Amino acid sequence: MSRFWPRFGMVVGIILILIWCLLPVVWILSLSFKSEDSIINGNPGFLPSEGTFAGWDNYVGVWENDQFRRAILNSIGISLIATVLSVALATLAAYAIARLDFKGKRWVLSIALAIAMFPVVSLVGPLFDMWRAFGLYDTWPGLIIPYMSFTLPLAIWTLSAFFREIPWEMEQAAQVDGATSWQAFRKVIVPLAAPGVFTAAILTFFFAWNDFVFGISLTSTEAARPIPASLSFFVGSDPFNRPASLLAAGAVLATIPVVVIVLLFQRKIVAGLTSGAVKG
Amino acid sequence: MASISMNNIVKRYGDGFPAVNDVSVEVADGEFMILVGPSGCGKSTLLRMIVGLEDITSGDMLIGERRVNDLAPRDRNLAMVFQNYALYPHLTVFENIAFPLRLAGASHDEVDTKVREAAQTLELTEHLDRKPGNLSGGQRQRVAMGRAIVRDADAFLFDEPLSNLDAKLRGQMRTEISRLQKRLGITTVYVTHDQTEAMTLGDRVAVLKRGELQQLATPRELYDNPGNLFVAGFIGSPPMNFLPGEVEGDQLKLPFGSVTLPEEKAAAAAGKGLLIAGIRPEHFAEAGSGDRGEDAGNTFQARIDVVEWLGNETYAYVPFEAPPEVQAQLTQLEKDLDGETIRTQLIITLEGGSTVQEGDEATVWVDAARFHLFDPETGDNLTVDPEHAGRILGRD
Repeated sequence: MSRFWPRFGMVVGIILILIWCLLPVVWILSLSFKSEDSIINGNPGFLPSEGTFAGWDNYVGVWENDQFRRAILNSIGISLIATVLSVALATLAAYAIARLDFKGKRWVLSIALAIAMFPVVSLVGPLFDMWRAFGLYDTWPGLIIPYMSFTLPLAIWTLSAFFREIPWEMEQAAQVDGATSWQAFRKVIVPLAAPGVFTAAILTFFFAWNDFVFGISLTSTEAARPIPASLSFFVGSDPFNRPASLLAAGAVLATIPVVVIVLLFQRKIVAGLTSGAVKG
Repeated sequence: MASISMNNIVKRYGDGFPAVNDVSVEVADGEFMILVGPSGCGKSTLLRMIVGLEDITSGDMLIGERRVNDLAPRDRNLAMVFQNYALYPHLTVFENIAFPLRLAGASHDEVDTKVREAAQTLELTEHLDRKPGNLSGGQRQRVAMGRAIVRDADAFLFDEPLSNLDAKLRGQMRTEISRLQKRLGITTVYVTHDQTEAMTLGDRVAVLKRGELQQLATPRELYDNPGNLFVAGFIGSPPMNFLPGEVEGDQLKLPFGSVTLPEEKAAAAAGKGLLIAGIRPEHFAEAGSGDRGEDAGNTFQARIDVVEWLGNETYAYVPFEAPPEVQAQLTQLEKDLDGETIRTQLIITLEGGSTVQEGDEATVWVDAARFHLFDPETGDNLTVDPEHAGRILGRD
């Protein structure tokens, strides 16, 4: 009996938290399957009911929209490039910070942290002016650069913590075994830091994918407008009524790449990969 | 295969502290050289300078005929076993052992043959597909050795390879390393702080203290002819006894009484005043026991304070008072040896069958010919036999 109640309490707690977290997701899923009319008329049912069920119509409708397809492409391209560049740079920087003793190391770390603390909105104005002058306004690099600068600090901090965990002996052993510094880094250190690299990659990708402020301020056309911004501009056939169900379908579609990426990367984030390297 | 020559090697850190100070050691081709000393004596630093993981401040490091001071570790063609093994946890045992071969660009077949051969030697064949994380300490240790023997390195370097194993395994691996080295006949430098490893493995042993080479000799020479107080105290377990003593004629006056020294020892120490007399515990015996103890009257009465019975032998402890000038030197010595002097006492090894009890008054015989006499100022062994003591600091 004494064991039952704590368990019961935990199960109830978990269910409550799940409902709290997943209700919006379920709600938007349900919305995306309702027809336009049912929303305009007000559909009290949580689940699409008889006559208001739209099937895949909303998804087909969104997908056939050029603006949406273009935005998805922009988002995937910009986020992936920003992630790859940011993680690659952060890996090198973090390795240097973890392994080398150079002047201004603390300075680099504190500045990186300071940048991460900057409110995004405060930079939008200056960036808008600068990007127009540089011709970066409404281009992919125009978004990739701010995404990188905001995600680099976090990536560097995460990765340097991972690198510090890796014993020095690992790369010394590799060097004695005949590796150049670069080979030791690539064949021994990077694989060992893989969980850190993928953690940093996921965080960076999230930031870039979910960003709205830069996306809406630094773009003006489909040339570079990412999904979150694009959804806010999304207009259906009737300009006076927001196509809520189409938007819901769009939102669901925009979530899919994130889920896929997380599932892919999650496998790589295996804690304790270094166990067995040294006597523990 | 190659010899390793260290000529006047100095390692000075940024703060000017010399971690290794003017050390010269010649390791002959195929020789098993031990670097031993208490922690902080610079033995690991010296090893890391050989392999190239540590810069050399001054002096010449030669491998074969080649000066390697400015070569990167990968260009020195040495194999090293690290204290914590430093295995690559993301690679299987096979790939761990194959790592140096793959870096050298060996063909697939060559890698396979050599790795399996090495695994065979080290009895790792059945573990080749496992990751290091799933292996026991002894197996990891063998993988680390496999990585070393798989390539045709000029020399092996070991950095306290057994210190992470438990006592039983350590003994087995020690024998294994010795057997392997004899079979491969490869030049080996082995760092340890364990004097059992030093004595059993080494062809020659270099004893270091605070970055300076104290004595370089065979294990037997070190044991029988320690060059100074430090070496005498470091080599041997239980350690050598140090007593205040004064030589008058052929008599050595000790806190327990006088013993008669052989002539040449008495002559070497004549007129030096107060000395430190060193004698190993096993050169005592209970008077009347065994075939010893009947001669010369080199016996004295001692009150046994503590008795430790080990089965094959018995350690008896006899406390004594030392005059301050000797006491200071002995305290310093203990500090150098990473120990702490709690009290000055004599350790006597008796036979396992001895019936001496704690608190007994025993008659103890001592083999006076085995006494070493040390200068309390410099710590030099005045009675050393220079013919059989290898190289001693300050006596070249």
